[in-house]
Amino acid sequence: MAESENIVVETAEKIFADLADAQTINSDKTGSWKAPLWQALSEAGLPLAWVPDDLGGSGASLAEGFGVLNAAGRFAIAVPLAETMLAGWLLAQAKISSPDGEMTVVPASPKDRITLNADGSLSGRARGVPFAKAAKHFALLAHGHDGGISIALVDAAKGRIEAGLNIGYDNSDTVTLDKVEPITIKPAPKGFDQETLMLMGGVVRSLQIAGALESMLDISVRYSNERIAFEKKISKFQAVQHNLARLAGESAAALAAATSAADAVANATSFDDAVYLEAASAKVRCAEAAEKGGAIAHQVHGAIGFTIEHILHRYSLRALAWRDDFGSESHWAVELGKRVAARGADELWPLVASR
Amino acid sequence: MTAALRFDPIRLPPECEQLRKEVRAFLAEEIAAGTFDPNKPNREDTDAPEFSRRVGAKGWLGMTWPKKYGGQERSFLERYVVTEEMRVANAPTRRFFVADRQSGPVLLKYAPEHIKMDILPRICRGELCFAIGMSEPNSGSDLFAAKTRATKTDGGYLINGSKIWTSSAHIADYMIAIFRTSPPTKENRRHGLTQFLVKMKQPGIQVNPIGQITGQYEFNEVVFTDYFVPDDHVLGEIDGAWKQATSELAYERSGPERFLETYYVLTELVRAVGDKPDTRSAEGIGRLVAQLHTMRRMSVSVAGMLQAGKEPVVEASIVKDIGTVWEQQLPHRVRDLAAFVEETASNRETLEKQLEFAIRTAPKLTIQGGTTEVLRGIIARGLGLR
Repeated sequence: MAESENIVVETAEKIFADLADAQTINSDKTGSWKAPLWQALSEAGLPLAWVPDDLGGSGASLAEGFGVLNAAGRFAIAVPLAETMLAGWLLAQAKISSPDGEMTVVPASPKDRITLNADGSLSGRARGVPFAKAAKHFALLAHGHDGGISIALVDAAKGRIEAGLNIGYDNSDTVTLDKVEPITIKPAPKGFDQETLMLMGGVVRSLQIAGALESMLDISVRYSNERIAFEKKISKFQAVQHNLARLAGESAAALAAATSAADAVANATSFDDAVYLEAASAKVRCAEAAEKGGAIAHQVHGAIGFTIEHILHRYSLRALAWRDDFGSESHWAVELGKRVAARGADELWPLVASR
Repeated sequence: MTAALRFDPIRLPPECEQLRKEVRAFLAEEIAAGTFDPNKPNREDTDAPEFSRRVGAKGWLGMTWPKKYGGQERSFLERYVVTEEMRVANAPTRRFFVADRQSGPVLLKYAPEHIKMDILPRICRGELCFAIGMSEPNSGSDLFAAKTRATKTDGGYLINGSKIWTSSAHIADYMIAIFRTSPPTKENRRHGLTQFLVKMKQPGIQVNPIGQITGQYEFNEVVFTDYFVPDDHVLGEIDGAWKQATSELAYERSGPERFLETYYVLTELVRAVGDKPDTRSAEGIGRLVAQLHTMRRMSVSVAGMLQAGKEPVVEASIVKDIGTVWEQQLPHRVRDLAAFVEETASNRETLEKQLEFAIRTAPKLTIQGGTTEVLRGIIARGLGLR
């Protein structure tokens, strides 16, 4: 990690530690922590980290931004930081300036599709859009009737939003657009399509899941060294030790898959087969780790970890919820499997070894 | 954070890609010449001494060692490439693999100079096969319960007792073994074992092959009766073998051989489903490839840390834990996915034969070279639980 990367990530970590302490947030029923956290993040230029200076952002590198999002996962950050970063990144692909304030990305699932109508308006429905209700603007990817892809900035108030909650109790909403006029719309660069957006979103979620797992491991190890049962610390029971070793393995696998994919995207000139392998694999493996690792973290905590007062669910449920965004692990496994099959059996190892 | 696990996204440097091409070309020639059939993994007890010499001639054995001992002074990452290409091709590496990975580095660190000068160049030329003498009839995972004695005598030691589950002992030229030179102390039950270099194929050593559930004979019982080992064959500190064991584990536990042992069935499955798989096959293959890719990235990351002079013992144990569990499950997952493969698939018979062997092989993968339970104990210690 370059020194500048450390500085951006350290700035983010300091803000998270000061203003997004899991215990404090978990006890706050009013949500009063949200505004100061968002303000501090905005003042540090983090929501628009991936937007170049001339488009209104702070021009951080992809690697720096990925580092911030991994840290956001470690703190289970529940404001639309990842979504706004991703939205700014999407807009910047078409050289569209980013406005201030919360944004999110539409669509957030490979199955949904927004259409660019002949009159220049936008129509369509997107489910499971993270933080749509909190967003002031949407960064949107649309399909034209001629097959062309456009990127648009849309006023969120112009869409109909049916609010919903994901498994982690964060907003995950349905956005319906009916002939909505965009604020700005431009063609996407050559080769950029919805799959590119989904892969990028998948890498972002993978890093967040990996971060959440790191924290789950951390608090589970700490708890096992404190909790006494049968007259000794539960960390001294071999069954518990082996469960925690498996959790460490899942956390390590998620971290390796996610940081490898982030590194691949940060250094890629295009989303070729190799980057596809990295990004799709990260989403699949991190989602699997969220399930297996989260279950162990809960097992170690016993009943206390199942209470709403305990912070564990802030990580475990969010990690499970993040599996669903930008293509589930089932989606990416099928797509990756199809690609591997199309390349042929003897081209599988060369692909794996190329990374 | 209690657990600062590191898996940085280390990439293989460019020189590795040229080397990879050379290794692939070499293996293709060997396959064409009939040295081995990459589709037939079930011959791991077949010795291939000529192949071993040709690999040595390429400079691919002891490749990280100093040139004065016959090495090439190349990086661990380059060695990694050679290892993974050989493994994926199902090349017959049994004769040289242990010497190259494990025994040579032990000798480099602990053997006297004249022994290094004698033996290491021969390993590099692919002339020597090594075995590892650790387990005994009543001491497997519990290494420090070993009882086979090395009793001091004039100019050396007399060995009495036996080792068991010793892979390749029937073809090995040397064994690196631990023997008991003193009883354990009250304070330290690991005390009292010493590492020795043992010349095989000598009177006083009897090798009894043991059949395996795969139908092969690749491990053995090795019985020592008043077998003499000279003083200069002691490796490292007398009674202090326990100090020498742990730092080498990272090398032993994180390589590509820890997740690629049954890889061939995945290749054959992809071949069998064809270029337009149904959704079930596509998802199954996609998941397996995602898991494989992740493990390899973890393994390369550990290799990079080793190259940088670090000792990522916990990370290496995690790679072996996850990797061996994966390669153990792989044939069963492939069997599931192959259940609906067309009867007409051209490689159906090859896949079925491979699955038979892989499924019979699978149980050993989480036992050999450190059981899952031992590995999880090491990880737990690294997490601060013990």
